[in-house]
Amino acid sequence: MTYHLETAEHPEKLRRVAIDPVSRVEGHGKVTLLLDEDNKVRQVRLHIVEFRGFEKFIQGRPYWEVPVMVQRLCGICPVSHHLAASKAMDAIVGAKRLTPTAEKIRRLMHYGQIMQSHALHFFHLCSPDLLFGFDSEVGQRNIVGVAAKHPETARRGVLIRKFGQEAIRLTAGKRIHGTGSIPGGVNKSLSVEERDYLLKDIYQIVAWCRDAVHLARELHETDPALYNSFGIFRSHFMSLIGADGQMDLYDGRLRARDDSGAIHFDGVAQADYEKYIQEEVKPWSYMKFPYFRALGNERGWYKVGPLARVQNCDSIPTPLADAERREFLDYAGGMPMHTALGYHWTRMIEMLHAAETIKDLLHDPDILGGDLMTTGERGFEGFGMIEAPRGTLIHHYRVDENDLVSMCNLIVSTTHNNQAMNEAIRHVARRYLHGREITEGLLNHIEVAIRAYDPCLSCATHALGKMPLAVELVDAAGTLVHRLQRDA
Amino acid sequence: MSQTFTLDGEEIPFRDGQTIIQAAHDAGRWIPHLCYHPEFKPHGSCKLCTVTVNGRHMASCTTQAAAGQTVESDTEALNGERRTLLQMLFVEGNHFCPSCEKSGDCKLQATAYELGMMTPHFDHFYPSRPVDASHPEVLLDFNRCILCSLCVRASRDVDGKCVFALSGRGIGTKLVVNAASGRLADTDAAIGDKALEVCPVGVILKKRRGFAVPIGERTYDKAPISETEE
Ligand code: SF4
Ligand code: FES
Repeated sequence: MTYHLETAEHPEKLRRVAIDPVSRVEGHGKVTLLLDEDNKVRQVRLHIVEFRGFEKFIQGRPYWEVPVMVQRLCGICPVSHHLAASKAMDAIVGAKRLTPTAEKIRRLMHYGQIMQSHALHFFHLCSPDLLFGFDSEVGQRNIVGVAAKHPETARRGVLIRKFGQEAIRLTAGKRIHGTGSIPGGVNKSLSVEERDYLLKDIYQIVAWCRDAVHLARELHETDPALYNSFGIFRSHFMSLIGADGQMDLYDGRLRARDDSGAIHFDGVAQADYEKYIQEEVKPWSYMKFPYFRALGNERGWYKVGPLARVQNCDSIPTPLADAERREFLDYAGGMPMHTALGYHWTRMIEMLHAAETIKDLLHDPDILGGDLMTTGERGFEGFGMIEAPRGTLIHHYRVDENDLVSMCNLIVSTTHNNQAMNEAIRHVARRYLHGREITEGLLNHIEVAIRAYDPCLSCATHALGKMPLAVELVDAAGTLVHRLQRDA
Repeated sequence: MSQTFTLDGEEIPFRDGQTIIQAAHDAGRWIPHLCYHPEFKPHGSCKLCTVTVNGRHMASCTTQAAAGQTVESDTEALNGERRTLLQMLFVEGNHFCPSCEKSGDCKLQATAYELGMMTPHFDHFYPSRPVDASHPEVLLDFNRCILCSLCVRASRDVDGKCVFALSGRGIGTKLVVNAASGRLADTDAAIGDKALEVCPVGVILKKRRGFAVPIGERTYDKAPISETEE
């Protein structure tokens, strides 16, 4: 199956433009556009080279090492992999139910991760585009520019992120590459001093996160024409859902809705994911294209992440975030919102939910407990799913009788969004680039659409919030016509 | 009457038959080392304990202390040479500290921290080495072996078993276990063997222990190796 603009009929006659962000180990993404003589867009593809070989690399390693080792998959959300792998390995050590302390410490770690990742994404990576405009002066369109013009926003962004990182450090042992979560439980809980250290700032953090939701909302309200249509396309969406249909980013069952919001499947146990989701390989990208089996590869693709989650759950179990969720639904007018920029607003709602959840956990004496581990009957297959900052993350392993991993399958959030991101940039390319001379600002429109999904390739670009990239226009004969270079 | 030598200008007493490293350690002075262990005969292979004795490079774990020696150890030049040796050890094997369960308890890592090794400097060999998980209680991850032979000596001299041996020569040297199948499960290794306790790095590991000790409570989280070592 090919989609409109996925594959051009005579590619050899077209000009090739490549947007080639050079990123670090965890991912390398590239956009290629094929243009005809009139600069009309004929083909648009987002290719991602990512995680190649990692599943192989894990094979043959002892299972207890995996939750720590998989953190190498991603430099920005290693905790998600750490926890998803731990959850899968819980089944290997027979821990059917964790101790309350272990479960809550893991949740604290996870919501800290959601907070730090969402803050990084919104404030560092995206606020420059959102506050200054997508084709604003490139010298200003970065976090340094935001710090100069909106110092309070930038400062809060830094401090919210830092708070999330501290929650990770205290539960995992380190901000990155921690070891806190282990098969069957955790290796530490919080001391009273550690708890109090987080507690003293959490109310401020909750308030700031609430302001951030309002900032995202105001952006939509001030420019609805842009925000309600940019990178828009309809699709199904999926996420884990907790008990009673509530949002739960740490655990739950899979629920999917179609583009109009009707339930496609619900209550699917994590171990059954393969019955509902299939992955397609395409020759031009290393990243697979997952889709819902029942609908087939043409119609079955979907999106994950904040925009999916906030609209998929029946409620959010913390009051402030739930109020914001309802406002968002009202704004969307009773139908699911599909615009790419809706991700920002919903991401901020989730950040608020994370802050409120952390606040509640800090008041729960279980996080100070000493009962950390559970064991039981040895298992040989484990499924670990979590709602990572970017969406549903699936880890699936089989472990042999010598304790070594014999099979590993990972479906990461960015992979679920693969087709969705391709659709988003095709939409943007049609609307903004068609028939025009390519400029940096126009190119940035493509990036804005990709970045809304917060894929791993944008994770690679923390500090200044811009993707280092080279864009080359090559004519049909292969001659370089024009080159734009931007460094991080 | 006690006899002494000087170590970096400090008088160190020693008994007859003591090596420089033994006398230094008795006096509370740490000399970096990896293949030396006070309970076993010295092997003299890693060369990390190299000092200068009256100006000449000598392995302090195999050199007898003698009255009046002028020994230098903690000098920029010697520590620079030690860093180079460490860098070579890091690139010869597959050492990835962040996902190694021995992290924080590993003497190679702790010594590298102590001596300020910042990068591996050389190209990695990325050798292809297997994992032996055949034994129900013990995992062997050969990727991290630094060929110190401590397990070999412990098995032979303490356990009386010869479970481990170094085989081959030069760059081809590798650790093997004493079974026709080459699998640890087919040797007479058993929990409680000294040989299974002494590995300074993350090769010989008790299974299913993993990352049970949190960061902050591991051996070298609490104090640097120079203050921790025997
Ligand atoms: S396994 Fe450990 S103790 Fe034995 S030689 Fe290798 S590094 Fe030394
Ligand atoms: S400790 Fe002396 S040579 Fe290894």
